[in-house]
Amino acid sequence: MSILVNHDTRLICQGITGKSGAFHARQMLEYGTQLVAGVVPGKGGTTFEDTGVPIFDTIEEAKATTGANASVIFVPPPFAADGIIECVAADLDLVVAITEGIPVRDMIDVARFMEGKRTRLIGPNCPGVITPGACKIGIMPGHIHRKGTIGVLSRSGTLTYEAVGQLGEVGLGQSTAVGIGGDPIIGTKFIDVLSLFKDDPETEGVIMIGEIGGTAEEEAAAWLQANWDDRPIVGFIAGATAPPGRRMGHAGAIISGGQGTAESKFAALQAAGVHIVRSPAELGKTMKAALG
Amino acid sequence: MKLHEYQAKSLLGRFGVPMLPGVAATDADGAVAAAKEVGGDLWVVKAQIHAGGRGKGRFVEDVDATEIAKAAKGEDAAGKGGVRLARTLDDVRAAAAAMLGKTLVTKQTGIEGREVRTIYVAAACDIAKEYYLSVLLDRSNNKVLFMASSEGGVDIEEVAEHNPEAIKKVWVDSAVGLRDFQGRELAYGLGLTDAKQVRKATAFFQALYQAYMDLDCSMLEINPLVLTEQGDLIALDCKMDVDGNALYRHDDIVAMRDVHEEEATEIEASEYGLSFIKLDGTIGCMVNGAGLAMSTMDIIQYKGAKPANFLDVGGGAKQKQVEAAFRIITKDPSVQGILVNIFGGIMKCDVIANGVVAAVKEVGLKVPLVVRLSGTNADLGKKIIDESGLDVIAATNLDDAADKIVAAVKGA
Repeated sequence: MSILVNHDTRLICQGITGKSGAFHARQMLEYGTQLVAGVVPGKGGTTFEDTGVPIFDTIEEAKATTGANASVIFVPPPFAADGIIECVAADLDLVVAITEGIPVRDMIDVARFMEGKRTRLIGPNCPGVITPGACKIGIMPGHIHRKGTIGVLSRSGTLTYEAVGQLGEVGLGQSTAVGIGGDPIIGTKFIDVLSLFKDDPETEGVIMIGEIGGTAEEEAAAWLQANWDDRPIVGFIAGATAPPGRRMGHAGAIISGGQGTAESKFAALQAAGVHIVRSPAELGKTMKAALG
Repeated sequence: MKLHEYQAKSLLGRFGVPMLPGVAATDADGAVAAAKEVGGDLWVVKAQIHAGGRGKGRFVEDVDATEIAKAAKGEDAAGKGGVRLARTLDDVRAAAAAMLGKTLVTKQTGIEGREVRTIYVAAACDIAKEYYLSVLLDRSNNKVLFMASSEGGVDIEEVAEHNPEAIKKVWVDSAVGLRDFQGRELAYGLGLTDAKQVRKATAFFQALYQAYMDLDCSMLEINPLVLTEQGDLIALDCKMDVDGNALYRHDDIVAMRDVHEEEATEIEASEYGLSFIKLDGTIGCMVNGAGLAMSTMDIIQYKGAKPANFLDVGGGAKQKQVEAAFRIITKDPSVQGILVNIFGGIMKCDVIANGVVAAVKEVGLKVPLVVRLSGTNADLGKKIIDESGLDVIAATNLDDAADKIVAAVKGA
């Protein structure tokens, strides 16, 4: 089994005719993802290059015609919030927003609009979600993943690949790998993904990678303490060496007012029984050892 | 993006946030002209730098190292600070001359301080009470949070630690904005009871909320917010941070960027779309992705050395950006070794390899270089490095890469 996406996921790509949208749409098709439609306002009625994937003007139309239940967003930052809201209005199950650089103000409105709605948002500013061998939604290199039993979740893109790569080195695969995104406002947080992994019987362990900024890791630690079973969780926090007050690449990665430090997050995870690693090179090895 | 006090106040003025009149100046004559324009017979001359704690700050040119060290810690030190009262135009001139071109050290600037290039001459007022007010995003619930405290003018983090009940918090639902009742809650939280003052405070908070949203602020702090002897509420100081991702819709704010407040190399990096932050170690890093870039710094420290920088070349970097990144790293004289750590996703390892080879040929290589390539086109990238004939130490994974660069720098 897996979480979030599987063989039955039917995907729309918003911004499929843009440079990165087109590139990654092809990659997803090659991986075997059921990419059933593109949405580009003004280009409805055409098809995506030579693939035969139909393009629609609206999400509503794409959903009605193709039975799509998920969408991946590559549209530029000024239009991305609108793209997300369109998916929520159309009642899709899942939206994965890859776009980096959406203004926080726009995301405040998105978050408000999503309250009480059934659509789940992953990201923005994330690599996406992959269930190896079944469905890849996003920009991660598919070939490094392999089908397996370890759940991976992270705020960072390349650090997720690093964790997946290390799991491969010790002979472990992934049930699902989720990059939840590096922005201050994201749709799905650590706790949401952890609770999905908890209910997935085929996930035998979880690698959780946080970073400085905010308190989501501390909240996740408290949730784990109250809810998690005895399956091993390996945790790492990026940014122990980051200077306070500076934004470390990700819009959300900033230590402000003494909050959001790596030390506070490491301590919270350790107290919750997580196998913390101080070296980001020991994620795979530690998981292997913890599984016994 | 950070703004100076005078810039932030000019923006807040558009929203009707009550402030005292003030004018910025860049020389002593300008300061006198500013004071005349402001009018009255009492002025405050304030150094404009992107750091707080200016009043308690001290000038490197004025006092000895012991006093500067105290100022850098935010302790009381001998000498005069970066905020001064002036009772005559001659006082204004003297205060401006004493600050402009000098280096101010506060507890937020670090010991090296910042050069004061602009001062702000503002009217002064009689203060009955000082409060603290800030507006920011609460990431735990995705709502804008107002924090008000009756303990104004002091460090809010200290208040939060020692007397958290003194901080009144109100969260705004963006669908309906900051309501009147919430403005009253904040006003009552500050201890205001007079009906007229509570109404004024509510209007003040609502103007501030409008400014926060319309200007795409990521932080807005009014410290102190003062109640004058006449019963008016005034934003006496203002700190404003604007969301860098929203600058595309604020040309006026972009024009306010003060490059003198930024590291020259960080400006060069941003021109190439690189995310670069200078640190104080010896190992230069070039990495793709912010999380992996931070982790690379962390593992260098874990292995007993220190990173010289944070550098994320981004996901879609071309050869030109890689060359620029390499140039920026090698320009730093404290760099004794370089670690290139790439896990290719969108980024293809052969692009990085070509960029590194071209850059080394252009700027030369005087320090050890360790390259780790994984992911998309890693084998192709390794082949390019191998065939280049350059003296590059290849690493197989993150652990190996960190071990090799730390050993190379320690052996040097």
